Parts: sequence; C-alpha cells; structure tokens
Amino acid sequence: MNLSLSRATLIAEADLVGIAGERAVCDRRGVLYFPDLRLLAVSDLHLEKGSSFARRGALIPPYDTGATLLRLQSVIADYQPRIVVSLGDSFHDGGGAERMHSSFRERLKAMMAGRDWFWVAGNHDPEAPADLPGETVRELAVGSLLFRHEPSKLRVEGEISGHLHPCARIVQRGRSVRRRCFAGDGGRMIMPAFGAYTGSLNVLDRAYAGLFRLETLVAYMLGAERIFAISGSMLRPG
Amino acid sequence: MPPRYLLRVTEQPRLAEQNAAVLLPEPFVKWFGEKGWSPRAHQLELLAKAQAGQSVLLIAPTGAGKTLAGFLPSLTELANRPKRKPGQAHRGIHTLYISPLKALAVDIERNLGKPVEEIGLPVTIETRTGDTPSHKRQRQKLAPPDILLTTPEQLALLIASNGAKRFFEDLRYVVLDELHSLVTSKRGHLLALGLARLRAFVPDLQTIGLSATVAQPDELRRWLVSQASPGAMSELIVVTGGAKPEISILDSEERVPWAGHSARYATPEIYREIKRHKTTLLFVNTRSQAELLFQELWRVNEDTLPIALHHGSLDVAQRRRVEKAMGENALRAIVATSTLDLGIDWGDVDLVVHVGAPKGASRLAQRIGRANHRMDEPSKAILIPANRFEVLECRAALDANYLGAQDTPPLVNGGLDVLAQHVLGCACGAPFHADALFDEVRTAAPYASLDRPTFDRVIDFVATGGYALRNYERYARIRQTREGLWRVSNPAVAQQYRLNVGTIIEVPALNVRYVQAGSRGAASRGGRVLGKIEEAFLETLTHGDTFMFAGKILRFEGIRENECFVSNAPGSDAKVPYYGGGKFPLSTYLAEQVRAMLDDPQRWKKLPEQVADWLRFQADKSVLPKRDDLLIETFPRGNRYYLVAYPFEGRLAHQTLGMLLTRRLDRAGAKPVGFVATDYALAIWSLADMGWMFKNRKPSLATLFDQDMLGDDLEAWFADSWLLKRTFRNCALISGLIEKRHPGKEKSGRQVTVSTDLIYDVLRSHEPDHILLQATRTDAATGLLDVSRLAEMLSRISGRIMHKNLEQISPLAVPIMLEIGKMPVNGEADETLLMDAATLVEEAMGPEMID
Repeated sequence: MNLSLSRATLIAEADLVGIAGERAVCDRRGVLYFPDLRLLAVSDLHLEKGSSFARRGALIPPYDTGATLLRLQSVIADYQPRIVVSLGDSFHDGGGAERMHSSFRERLKAMMAGRDWFWVAGNHDPEAPADLPGETVRELAVGSLLFRHEPSKLRVEGEISGHLHPCARIVQRGRSVRRRCFAGDGGRMIMPAFGAYTGSLNVLDRAYAGLFRLETLVAYMLGAERIFAISGSMLRPG
Repeated sequence: MPPRYLLRVTEQPRLAEQNAAVLLPEPFVKWFGEKGWSPRAHQLELLAKAQAGQSVLLIAPTGAGKTLAGFLPSLTELANRPKRKPGQAHRGIHTLYISPLKALAVDIERNLGKPVEEIGLPVTIETRTGDTPSHKRQRQKLAPPDILLTTPEQLALLIASNGAKRFFEDLRYVVLDELHSLVTSKRGHLLALGLARLRAFVPDLQTIGLSATVAQPDELRRWLVSQASPGAMSELIVVTGGAKPEISILDSEERVPWAGHSARYATPEIYREIKRHKTTLLFVNTRSQAELLFQELWRVNEDTLPIALHHGSLDVAQRRRVEKAMGENALRAIVATSTLDLGIDWGDVDLVVHVGAPKGASRLAQRIGRANHRMDEPSKAILIPANRFEVLECRAALDANYLGAQDTPPLVNGGLDVLAQHVLGCACGAPFHADALFDEVRTAAPYASLDRPTFDRVIDFVATGGYALRNYERYARIRQTREGLWRVSNPAVAQQYRLNVGTIIEVPALNVRYVQAGSRGAASRGGRVLGKIEEAFLETLTHGDTFMFAGKILRFEGIRENECFVSNAPGSDAKVPYYGGGKFPLSTYLAEQVRAMLDDPQRWKKLPEQVADWLRFQADKSVLPKRDDLLIETFPRGNRYYLVAYPFEGRLAHQTLGMLLTRRLDRAGAKPVGFVATDYALAIWSLADMGWMFKNRKPSLATLFDQDMLGDDLEAWFADSWLLKRTFRNCALISGLIEKRHPGKEKSGRQVTVSTDLIYDVLRSHEPDHILLQATRTDAATGLLDVSRLAEMLSRISGRIMHKNLEQISPLAVPIMLEIGKMPVNGEADETLLMDAATLVEEAMGPEMID
C-alpha cells in the first residue's frame, strides 16, 4: 500500500480541528498532527515512570517505557512526520533518560532518525535528556503556533501545551464515562498525556481556571475507535 | 435476670455439678453458687478438653454462652497462676482474643470484666484496635495485659514488629470469635497465616474457635490446628437445640409486587408489628433498602415511636448513639444492614423482621438469633418478601428447615496477594529462611496445598516485583543475606508495610456534609458530616438531584475534594434511586429448593393465593420448568426480541452468563443489545428474532449454552472487563504493589499516582502470567463471577433445556422485564454513551462547531 495514500485516508477519517487558523488532526491515540506542517506533537510521555516508582519502593511493572514507545512508534509510522515535538515531561524524572534500558534508547533513536525532534523542557525534566539526540527547548514557535509545556496564564492564541493531563467526564443514562481528552476552545489546545502510566485531571478542575473561553470549550474525548467531540456544557466535574 | 452467657443448667445438672467441682477452681465454684447459677455442660466440656491440651471448636447457637466458654480455660489457668513478684519481669500475653469487629472486642471487654471483677481474679484485660492511642500500644508492648482483645489486622501488625517472638512467648490460648464469618474472607487468610506464625513461636499453643452453625465443621476444625500432619483437626463440641424460632412469612393483604426490593407495600403491616412488640430489629440486605424502609416507616409513624437507622455508611458518632440507645432499650425499632449481623449483645429485642428474601439460610439463622438472646426461649421472626419470587424463596427457606444452615460458603484456597503481604510482614519482624517459612505457611489450612514454585514466585514478587524483565534488582524490598536469610532492605520498607497492613479495601467514598441550600463553596463549610457515600454513586448525580441518605432526603449541591455537599430537601421525593441490588447471591441450596417448589403444584397451596395464581397462569400461558431443567422463553416485544432464562443461580452467576451469552449471540448474528440479571432469571434483548434462530438451530440452544463458553469466551471477556480491573486493584493493594490511597489526597493526586487500571493494562499485555494476574483471575472467578456455580449449572442442564417460543411475555417473565431500565447495565457500552453525547452536541449545535 502506498504510504502517502494511507496517510491521506487516516486524515480524512480523523477529526480535523482548527487552532489559530492551522488545521490539525486530533488522533484518538492522543497525538496531534498538523498535515500542512508535517508536524506531530505528543505530550507527557513520562518515560521511566515505573522505575521512578520502583526507586521509592513501589515495584510497579517495568513495562511502561516499552508500551509508550511502541505506541509512539505506531503513530510515527502512520503519519511519517518531518517534525516531532515532545511537549515536556518526556521523562518522569531527571534521571529517567539515564536509567532507560539501552534497547529502548536504540528504539527511540531509530524513531528520531531523519526527523527534526524537539524536546520541550517540562517540570519533571527541565534538562536535556542524557545520551539522546534532538534539541531541547523551553518553547517552540512554528508559524502561528506556540508549543510549550505548561499553558500560560495569559491567553495566547495558537498555544499548544500539555502538563495538566486533561480528561473529561460525561454522564449518560445514569452512567459516568471518563476519558482522556484534548481540550480546546479554538484558540489554545491542551493535549492529553501520552505515557502508559499517566493519570489525568478533569478539565473542569480548578487547575484549568481561566485557561479557556468556556462558551467554546470542546473536549475531544479519546474513544476506542475514534474521537468524540463533547461540548463544554455537557461535561461534569470529578 | 442472668446475662446471656450464664444460664441455669437444665440438662444433666448433677453431672455438670460434679464436673464443675473437679474442673473449676474454688473461687469460680463459689461465684457460681452465689449467683445461683451453674456452668453449662458444653462450657465444662470445653474446659476439660482445653485442660487436656487440646484445641477445640465450639459450635453453638447465639445465646448459648459461647463467650464465657471460650474464656474459661484462660480464666481458670490465670486464677491458679502464682503472683508476679516485685522486680520480676513482666509476663507476656497469656490469651489472645480475635474478633472480626472492633465493636465486638469492646463489647467483650465489658462482658468479661464483670465476672472477672466479681470472682476477684488477678487478670488484666485490654483491647487493642485501630482506635487504641499509640502511647497505650507502646505501653502494651512493655507491660502486656494477660488477655488482649484484638482484630486480625492488629495481629498482623504485632507479628511484623521487632521482638514479636518475645512478646508472644508466654502465649497459651488464642480465642477466635465468630470464626465462621472470619474464615471465608481474605482477612481469614491473613489470620490463618498469623496463627501459623504464632504456632512457630509457641509450638504447644492451643486455639479455641467459637462459631455459629456451619455446613462443614471439619473445615473449621482443620483451620484451627497445624496442618503439618495433613488433615489434622481440633476437637469439636456442638451445642444443638435451643428453642426453635417461630418464623412466619407476612401474608399481606396488599398486592405483592412483581419486582423491586423495597417491600414498600408492607409498610403499614410492619408498623403494626412494631407497635405490638417491645423492640423490633428490622434487617434489610442493602443500605439503600435500609434508607427507604426507614423513610417509609416514619411516614406512617403516627405515634412517633423511636425508630432508628443503622448502617455502615453512617457517621460513626451517629452509629454509636443508636447503639447506646439500643443498649438502654430506648428504641422501639432499628432498621439495620449487616453491620449488626454479628453477635453483639445489645438490648432486649423481641421481634426480628427480615425485609427481602434471606438469600442464604445461615444468614437468616444468624439474624434471627438476635431476637430473644436467650437460647431457651423461642425467637420470633417475620419474613417480608419484597416481590413474588422472594415469596417463593422465603417459603422454600422455611420448608427446608433452614436452621440446618446447609449453605455456608465453602472455604477457598488462601489468596496469593495475602501471602505476599504476610511474607513482607514476616521479614519486617525478623529475617526468615524461605524453607522454614514455606513449611510454616503450609501449616495454615488455607495454604496447605500451596506448592513450592508458587511460594518462591511470591517471595520473588515481594523482593523485586517478580517480573520477567528483571530490572528492579537494585530496588529490592527484601534481600537475601549471605546466610540465606531474607531481610528487609531498609527501615522505610517496614514503615510502609505498617501503614498498609490488612485486607480490607475501602471503596473510594466521600464525606457527605450538610450545607445551606444553593451554596457550593468553602464559605458554607462546617456543616455536620452525615456519613460516607461511594464515589461511584455520587459521580452520577447532577447539581439539584435529590437522594436518600442517613434517613433524610438530601439535595446534591456539589463535590469539592473529598467532600460531597448536600442540603436538606424535606418533603420532596428522592429523584435518584440508588440500586444496591441483592448484595448476597442466592445460595445454591435455596435455589434448588425454589426450583423444586415451582415443579410441585401441591406445594403452591402454602403460598399466598395471589402468588399461587401467578404460577397457575404461567403453567397456562407457557410452562413451569422441571426441577433440574432450564426453561428458556423467547418472545417479541416492541421492536425487540427477548430471551428470558430461569436458572435460579443467583445474580453473580447470571451476570456472568449474560455477558458470555451476549458475546455468543453477537457472533451468531442475533445483534444483542443488552441484558439484565436478577437472582432468579436473566433477560437478553436483541434486534434479530432469537426464537426463530433457536427453532432453526442457528444456533441451537444446546450449542449456545454449551459448557465450552467457560473457555475462550470467558478468557476473552476477562481481557478487558471492568470487573477484573476492580479485582486487580484489590490484589495490588493487598499484596503491597501499591499503597492504599490516603484520604484527602485523592482528587489532586490523580495526575501523580498511577492508576491500577493503567498498571493492569500494561501488565496484562506484557506479562499475562504474572503472579498478581493469576491471583486476580482466581479471585474474580470465585468472588465476582461465580464461575464454578455457572459451570455446575451448565453441566446440570446439558440436554435438559426447555425452549418455549411465545407470542408475548409470560407471567414468569414479568418481574425481570420490570427490572429493565431500573438497573444500570454495567458492561462495555461506554463507547455507545460517548457516541450519544457526541451526537447530542452535533444535533444541538450543528457540525460546524466541531470542525
């Protein structure tokens, strides 16, 4: 099958959203792809979170890094981006890149090869990751877009951020459904966390206060097969 | 009037007196004489066996003086013990008493203190529970009491502390109260392991088990003693008799409803009975039923009789007030759930009303035992069936002479998550050798068949998580010394263990706090806390919804952090029903009795006329299943096709069956849409005509109900079931993989902590044979899904399926059809709900909003 053709199909099927005039695909796997820029954004990978917990005595399964990289590999294979932006908290702590098993490091490097790769600094990983290529930046401006880890308090049109791990909750027929989501109001977009062990925080939590124009807030909830766009008025806290 | 543990002996008085003189020290004989009482035969028998060095199981009905019997060996021995000389070291614990409830330990302290004081025994008795202040616990370690009353969790903590061996070196007896209820849970597994440890400290330790009637006493007898010689059993004393209770089924003048659990129809009749008696105890099966009944009773309470409410979600202070009022006989009626099930002795109850079907004969016996807490007088009880099937169930329970208690659940093998916790606990106490610990663990009955490879995997799990990808060696929690002993790698591990000990996992719950109507903010804080409600229920509420709790109708105002704000909404109707369902599944034994009754029109004469009529209608319009057959009806209704099956195997088994059948029907092209399960029946609805499909054998019912559904289909369904995730969470917490969450941190901590659901997904896809997943599957198969019961049923009905293809709904199907829509259908339909929500948005705002 022709690669570019399959990419086209992917895009046609996916939900296209507009952010400050740029077209983007909200992929149900939790990445954002800008076809015109051939740019893929992913946020809060939290690699080596498992081993970070293990260091403190909670011996949770050491498979999170592998699982996260595998999923990343698959979206990169699908979209074949020219630029990849990892929006911060790529590693769960400063020592994460160093602890990472060499086989994972190799896998990551293979994904990075031939692309412009940007590590946006996060609060968990303010320094450049050890022994890995790519460029570490505080923020990155591309066209009308601005990529940074934490959403800024002041409104910035075209800002793409992560950090808060948004999820949304709806109640239908007496049942509650909670999913990770992209949260956007047409001006800015906060991305869901991508890492296998990353939790989430409801978009109606106080931590998001003042970040969105509530009347145009939409939560793009991640479904098993597709994205579900849910208007802010239908969302529930908690 | 003598307290319940001492009764005038009516049987073999002379023999008892002779024995008493031989067995009892002089002050005891004198005390009995002064009171005009004599010890009961079984109390002396137990004493004699204990004095001969044996461990004993005493099975006796409530009110037979079990408690005193259990303590007599200790008290008599302590009475004869030489006094401690000044300067001599403190002696260790002599007797350890373990009960499932804190409240029970406190109650025993009170009941035992009195005779000890009157006889003038030099015996110290103290409790040690989660509520005991730390300075007292410290002191107890330095100067232990003679008798320590405690819970399984506290025993686990004591074992995990330094110097545990020394602390227990003088231990003579362990008295285990309400043993029948302890042994069936993971608490029982932890306790069995603790007991094994105590036996390792003190090889000639004796145990005394006190239990209500159980189906298999031998299981408990093995549980009490070391299984070093396989199958060894304690001595057994069974006290039979007691006056036979007078139990009746309410023959209501009202119409008995088809479905539902409220028994609201019977409220006036229940109220009449309360007025006729001194104190009535009303038992229901769930908290929501308790709330509803309480409301209904107050609605008709023209004489404003003191009627109170008691269930486990209420605030502790509130519960204590009710208990105190009960003890003072200040109440005329108490509506209660299982929190009052166990043998706590309060007040003079002369009537027990059981609302809803008993579900199990043993539970009924236990609850009825509450009335007239004296063995020689008959208890009086009334059963109130909430719907027509429950009428059948109540009748079957009575006809079957339920007091034989044939249906206590069989014991299951010890959980591996519990074993992991114990292994870490042992290491916290003192370094251990794996060989020795393996031998020790196998002396505990629930672990008697544990194999060495599994045990080694558990040790590996405790040490480094037990993953095939061995990269946590450097973070090991326990390490082997050069001598081969396992010890904790650092003190923080022990500290963490102590914070997380135990097997009781609380469902995430929020405090319910009163505020002014309409206020949601911090300004209105400070209102009274009414109790706790499960997060899962609160999540479905919207601002302004009304619901029942703590005997009130409340308005939901909002949630902030770990508190749920509510305001009073008197007079309004509770809008949101909280369905708790039958928490206890129908026992196999009762299910069989119900099927037998359906099959025998002669027995319908004993049923209320309206119920008998219902069955006659069924025989006329459809058919009644034969005793060992499975009846399946199919019929169209509205634009759906329905399949209703009547296995009578309990809700858990039916739910599992429902999930598996819908998978299979989906494959067969029946397009199933949903299903609902009750204790008695199962209904599935679909878009295709299932009746036609079965008639044309596409597929045949025999194929559909083939036992092979428990193979691949079950495995596939296991894969992503929310039930499995819940079970995994429990196993992960108990085994110490992750810490129990600390209250208050939960909400803001969502980003930071790792959810067990995520861990489950990752572990399942990378290491499906991990020991914790193995433990999860075992737990789910027994506890949540009733797989073994389903398997028995499928094999029983093989070749005995009776299909009735009908034009319309049958009388027997009405109850379950009424449940449709009332019960939330849990399952995998989340995506559908999301789709609905997304479509709503599109409809309301048009597609351009989304682009």
